[in-house]
Amino acid sequence: MIKYTIQRILLAVLIIVCAVATMFIMIHAVPGDPVNVMLGPRATPEIKEALRARLHLDQPITTQLFYFFRGLLMGDFGYDLRSNRPVLDIILEQFPHTLILVTSALIVSTIGIPVGRYAAIHRNGTFDRIVGTISVSIIAMPAIVVGLYMLLFFSVELRWFPVIGAGDKNDWLDYLWHLTLPVITISIAWIGYISRIVRASMIEVLSQNHVRMARAFGLPESKVINRYALRIAVLPSITMLGVSVALILSSTVIVEIIFSRPGIGSLLYESVLSRNYPLVMGAVLFSTIFIVAGTTIADLVNAAIDPRLRKEKD
Amino acid sequence: MSSGKREQVEIRRTNRIKSLFGKLLGDPMGAIGVLIVASFLIIALFADVIAPYEPNKIDILNKLQGPSLDHLVGTDQLGRDTLSRLIHGTQIALLVAAISIGLAVLIGSVLGAIAGYGPTWLDFIIMLIFDTMRSYPVIMFALAVVVLFGPSLTTIIIIIMATSFPTYGRLMRTQTQTLRKSEYILSAQALGISTPRILLRHILPNTIGPILIVASMDVPFVIALEAGLSFLGLGVRPPTPSWGSILNDGFTYIRNSPWILFSAGAPLILVTIGFTFLGEQLRDVLDPKISKDR
Repeated sequence: MIKYTIQRILLAVLIIVCAVATMFIMIHAVPGDPVNVMLGPRATPEIKEALRARLHLDQPITTQLFYFFRGLLMGDFGYDLRSNRPVLDIILEQFPHTLILVTSALIVSTIGIPVGRYAAIHRNGTFDRIVGTISVSIIAMPAIVVGLYMLLFFSVELRWFPVIGAGDKNDWLDYLWHLTLPVITISIAWIGYISRIVRASMIEVLSQNHVRMARAFGLPESKVINRYALRIAVLPSITMLGVSVALILSSTVIVEIIFSRPGIGSLLYESVLSRNYPLVMGAVLFSTIFIVAGTTIADLVNAAIDPRLRKEKD
Repeated sequence: MSSGKREQVEIRRTNRIKSLFGKLLGDPMGAIGVLIVASFLIIALFADVIAPYEPNKIDILNKLQGPSLDHLVGTDQLGRDTLSRLIHGTQIALLVAAISIGLAVLIGSVLGAIAGYGPTWLDFIIMLIFDTMRSYPVIMFALAVVVLFGPSLTTIIIIIMATSFPTYGRLMRTQTQTLRKSEYILSAQALGISTPRILLRHILPNTIGPILIVASMDVPFVIALEAGLSFLGLGVRPPTPSWGSILNDGFTYIRNSPWILFSAGAPLILVTIGFTFLGEQLRDVLDPKISKDR
């Protein structure tokens, strides 16, 4: 396990290094002087010179890459072009909103577990068939359509939910109320997904020997299902969620923009519109690091629970 | 091979395709999938004939109208017929999906085959490329690329291709790794058949099924990504009709004219259901190992 953990963490670091380097190369692949792109046409030569020196653009590209990495290691993601504040500070201000949204969506997604459990027990029944068809249809449903339809029906037409913002932070009821539609938008596809995974693994586990054994011993059916089958059947979906952080974060961007919520997605979008270069790069790199960390942890947790996975990858 | 034998092979091949379609249409889910996908293809091909109006024809006097006999789903803020714009938007959506997924499958398959068949160090490097590309959140990566290279149809296609080729690459790698140890590949090697020929003639045909399944399921994601970027004003440039930019018009006029938003979401939902159902059914037909109950 220790060997696997070290290997996995080294790989994660390597992936982050590659991701950062790719981003760096992309910035430099842009035709024209990056300083011109960053500052726009109205900047004076002095300002351009200053930025060039600060970003070490006057030095060879390998040296630049070195400075770039050294900066990242020390938490220096660059400076906002407008307010001149450190990019990391701005990101960390916005990130909690995104984190709350993602976490709530993950928690709500677990509704899929009892749904999948029920469908597996009553396999091929009416409930199973209906849930099966619905979950297939919603798994790939784009967050953009779900979000906009939610907004249209529940906020604009029915006026049940607020249209914009994250609500008053000190009033948790108001905050929750603002959170409802965005969370449903993100988690609806995952509820479908998890219910399918749980159903599938549940059916597999129920046919295994230890479950048959438990039944043979005359344990009550509810105990067999909850204690012996469900506990194992839930594992694959937990891994699935960990690996899917990237997808969840992607739909978060769209959801934050549609519902005008603060967060890293809105921040990114605003910076894209105002061509605030360092902020765009900072937000993408920060999210990438978050994702790599998420998938690595999911992999490690999984390996700790299921030793077979360790062997396969060793 | 004599001409008679070749004919037989041809007949067998047509029969196989026929039975594949038969099985696809036999299940209600598959039939719905095929029906929806086929309709969208027809709409895209004959958009000029089907659309009742010219998609960019401005008619300010009739702006933001609700559904009527003249305009079945109403008009937008410039009086353009929403239905005609949606019909023409189908072309962009399917074009982007076809080109970008096609390129992603091509690049992914080549890299995946090399990774699965080649030496270990090469496998490691290629896998690292795949893992790196998969660690970017797609929309964020897309926004960064757009801010760097400017919004255009080409940029969108490149973004989608760059973010989805690892999926096909990994699939191809796994398939190649499994197949390379099979007896018929070993005997092909023993016969001295060259590696490119083994990959092309003996391994590739056996991986088409899984790739087709994944590609079909990938279409909704790709179309949604294009729509998302166009929605944010960073995709297809106006006035070219795209589902995403029509969604954006609907979002802007959500209070005055909810019809635009409502009708612009519908094709996205239908396309998603169509391709997902098709993919599911393809999996059941092509891959008997993964049966429905699993």
